[in-house]
Amino acid sequence: MTESVETAALTPAADNPISGSSGQTGTVVRSSAFKRILKNPLGLIALVILLGVVLLAAFANVLAPFDQNFANISKTLAAPDSVNILGTDSSGRDVWSRLLFGAQLTLLSALLCAAVAIVIGLPAGLVAGYYAGKFEAVANWVVGILMSLPGLIVLMTIRSAFGPSVWIAMIAFGVLISPSYFRLVRSAVQSVRNELYVDAARVSGLSDLRIITRHIFSVVRAPIIIQTAAITGVAIAIQSALEFLGLGDPAKATWGVMLSEGFKNVYLTPSLLFWPAFAMALTIGALVLLGNAVRDALEDGEKIKHRRKKTPAAQDAAAASAAKAARTTVAAVEAGTEHHLVKVTNLGVGYPQADGSIKKVVDDVSFHVDRGEILGIVGESGSGKSQTAFSILGLLPDTARIVAGAIQFDGNYTVAPGEDKVNQGRLSKLRGKRISYIPQEPMSNLDPAFTIGYQLVTPMVRVLGISKAEATTRALKLLTDVGIVNPGRTFKAYPHEVSGGMAQRVLIAGAISCEPDLIIADEPTTALDVTVQADVLDLIRDLQRRLGVGVILVTHNFGVVADLCDRVVVMQNGRLVEEGPVREILREPKERYTQTLLASMLEGKEPMSMLVPAGSPATASSIAKENAL
Amino acid sequence: MIPFILKRLGSGIVVLLAVSILTFSLLYVSSGSIARNILGDQATPEQLAVKEAELGLDQPIVTRYFSWLMDALGGNLGASWFTSEPVANALATRIPVTMTMVVVAMILISIIATLIGVAAAVKRGWVDRVVQIGAIIGDSIPGFVIGIILVTILAIQMGLFPATSTIAPGVGAEAWVLSLTLPVIALLINGVTGGAQQIRSAVIKQLERDYVRTLRSRGIGEREVLFKHVLRSAAPAGLTVLSLQLIGMLGGVVILESIFALPGMGPMAVTATIQSDQPVVMGVVMYTVAVVIVVNLIVDLLNGWLNPKVRVS
Repeated sequence: MTESVETAALTPAADNPISGSSGQTGTVVRSSAFKRILKNPLGLIALVILLGVVLLAAFANVLAPFDQNFANISKTLAAPDSVNILGTDSSGRDVWSRLLFGAQLTLLSALLCAAVAIVIGLPAGLVAGYYAGKFEAVANWVVGILMSLPGLIVLMTIRSAFGPSVWIAMIAFGVLISPSYFRLVRSAVQSVRNELYVDAARVSGLSDLRIITRHIFSVVRAPIIIQTAAITGVAIAIQSALEFLGLGDPAKATWGVMLSEGFKNVYLTPSLLFWPAFAMALTIGALVLLGNAVRDALEDGEKIKHRRKKTPAAQDAAAASAAKAARTTVAAVEAGTEHHLVKVTNLGVGYPQADGSIKKVVDDVSFHVDRGEILGIVGESGSGKSQTAFSILGLLPDTARIVAGAIQFDGNYTVAPGEDKVNQGRLSKLRGKRISYIPQEPMSNLDPAFTIGYQLVTPMVRVLGISKAEATTRALKLLTDVGIVNPGRTFKAYPHEVSGGMAQRVLIAGAISCEPDLIIADEPTTALDVTVQADVLDLIRDLQRRLGVGVILVTHNFGVVADLCDRVVVMQNGRLVEEGPVREILREPKERYTQTLLASMLEGKEPMSMLVPAGSPATASSIAKENAL
Repeated sequence: MIPFILKRLGSGIVVLLAVSILTFSLLYVSSGSIARNILGDQATPEQLAVKEAELGLDQPIVTRYFSWLMDALGGNLGASWFTSEPVANALATRIPVTMTMVVVAMILISIIATLIGVAAAVKRGWVDRVVQIGAIIGDSIPGFVIGIILVTILAIQMGLFPATSTIAPGVGAEAWVLSLTLPVIALLINGVTGGAQQIRSAVIKQLERDYVRTLRSRGIGEREVLFKHVLRSAAPAGLTVLSLQLIGMLGGVVILESIFALPGMGPMAVTATIQSDQPVVMGVVMYTVAVVIVVNLIVDLLNGWLNPKVRVS
């Protein structure tokens, strides 16, 4: 019995998540992640501890000087000596031997629990996530019930029915805890199911089984390892709890049985409590640390250690004095540039990395925007265009650093030369009031918990200091202005009750509500349907003409640029490639990169040769326009 | 609102029925030797037969289940097979102790874990590190081991608290406070370390959402963004965390009550489990599952109030 259970306990756990078949890239990622775990001191310690515990358990038969139940009744509750190195318990049994055999049973049964949970939760989660439908509904119902059952009470019932077997208890707990795998796998599969590469695999005729094993296993593998570490720990804890209550099998040494025994003699020999508690805390702690280490190793790419910025002393002092000067008096901008609405000079933005270096995402970028002008910033994703825009707004992530350059708005620095952070004191007075923002993704940029009306009214009340009633009147008018047919209804609606196009109109209304001088629009049409895109672009152009504001339009789409912009800045890999009036750039792009970008925009519409001779600019621009709409 | 509550109560009753059938069938497995366990080894076959007839064990399981169910619907959960004490009475005298512990611990955990979790998410720095390390330590030491440590050091060795409960019918508030302090602390340590960590992640997740940036871009102050928008959106996740902790706690108190010899549901449940005292086990399971269903309903209602999307559907 024991042996078959042992293999059952080991096989699935070892086979499924760790060595599930995967493509070449999977192997590379895995081995480098494994290296990162070893490099993480806590991960290494956890692995060493676990390995030690497993070895001690595996060779318990050899290492233990006594049988787990050998009792020397003339030597009870003895202190440690050369024969019983950790002393004896109340029946005169050797504590060290029992600890070793206890490790064996405790670990194997906990692994059995995790294996049962995986065997149930993993396939169920895969099917529910991939095919959804009725199966998912039923599975969700069962999961709801399982999760609302208090584990220990159920295990007590099981004990009552089947007697004190640690194996039965752990199988039952495996069933009970399987929803944690189910939910994990289901949500991972759901998020992957609609990814393009899975669609591509489906179109290319791969069977569902192949798709699941190839693409989805590689996604869920790591979370499953993390989950298994956690669940093994929980299983050890609950099993010990059960045994501590006296519901375990007293003939088998486990850590819980030892704890229970120790607690009965707590007045005489407290050390009997210490060893099993220590072994348990050490093992569970190592499992927790290992889970954390795996998680950290996976996130390592994006994770940035919070570390003091390392700069040469001189530069540091300069920055400090500049910052000090900035606090007292705002440094005057370069004479002759005050009239620009925004001027960005040699801007560099970077993110400190774990190794102390700084990864630059924007490097030496300069441009300006004047009142009533629309500037396009064009580039592919990762070109640094959004980071540049967020620097002007002062809404970079906390970890970002301004590594070089300056930004001025209407004749005052928002980032003075030498400052490494956007000055929030100065920018918070400008944001909303003079600089506003139209985001890319309409639905995720409205707070789902508040009505659209609330989200329009509050900024006006806060920024303009007007009454709620007045703000409401203005908000309704703004909604009409941006072309919403029934402003009253939209005002009362929650974001999820309106369409994406309407949400984007609402966001545009919000951006102009406080009559700003500059609007920063970050890919304002990318997430919209083609027909709605044209409407939104018209709306922006119309508002810009009517209100005379400056606009920075961040986009990857030359069609949009051709349609709206006066001037354009082309960015690549964080650097500025080319800048100029939009007609010039479209007609005669000087840089190869711009040519490539332009060519790629037009591809599939007209023969490439149309553009290269720089023949008729009207054609090029109208084609580009068509592309955008 | 009312239809939603009715629907949830309806599904709660279905769950309760399903669990009762499952538990009843499980306990049937062990009911073969019950009469001998009650009467002892000396009992004659005739005496055993009489006892089995008295307990209704000679009836088929379906009949037995329905007679139990009918009684239970009328508020009669039967009597213990071993002590003959009516189960409803036994529960009524023990539940106050258990639920006092759970409710006090839950209130304290909600407050402390939320404060620490939010502070860690917003301030980062040392608070964050303390929360992370605390979570690892809390995860590493099972709650009942913390209970054992507390009772060994603070009660047995230092004598600051009674090692075994002094709660008895008619004792004053002081005995309750002294007896419940350590078990509540044991529940707190695990609850706060785990809860704070998860509330921290929930808040961080909301802080990274797009709409937070847009709110900031509209000129809304940092404090208003945090307290009005971020916390509200993070609340459902926090509630789920806390409700799962409460469910886990219903098992955790059983052990703590045994450690501290508290006259709560726990020791009764343990004895009944060892004896396979079916009416008592059924009573304990039904009561616990009912508590869980009510808690989940409350959490759902709060979530609906917090999240307009859920409210509508």
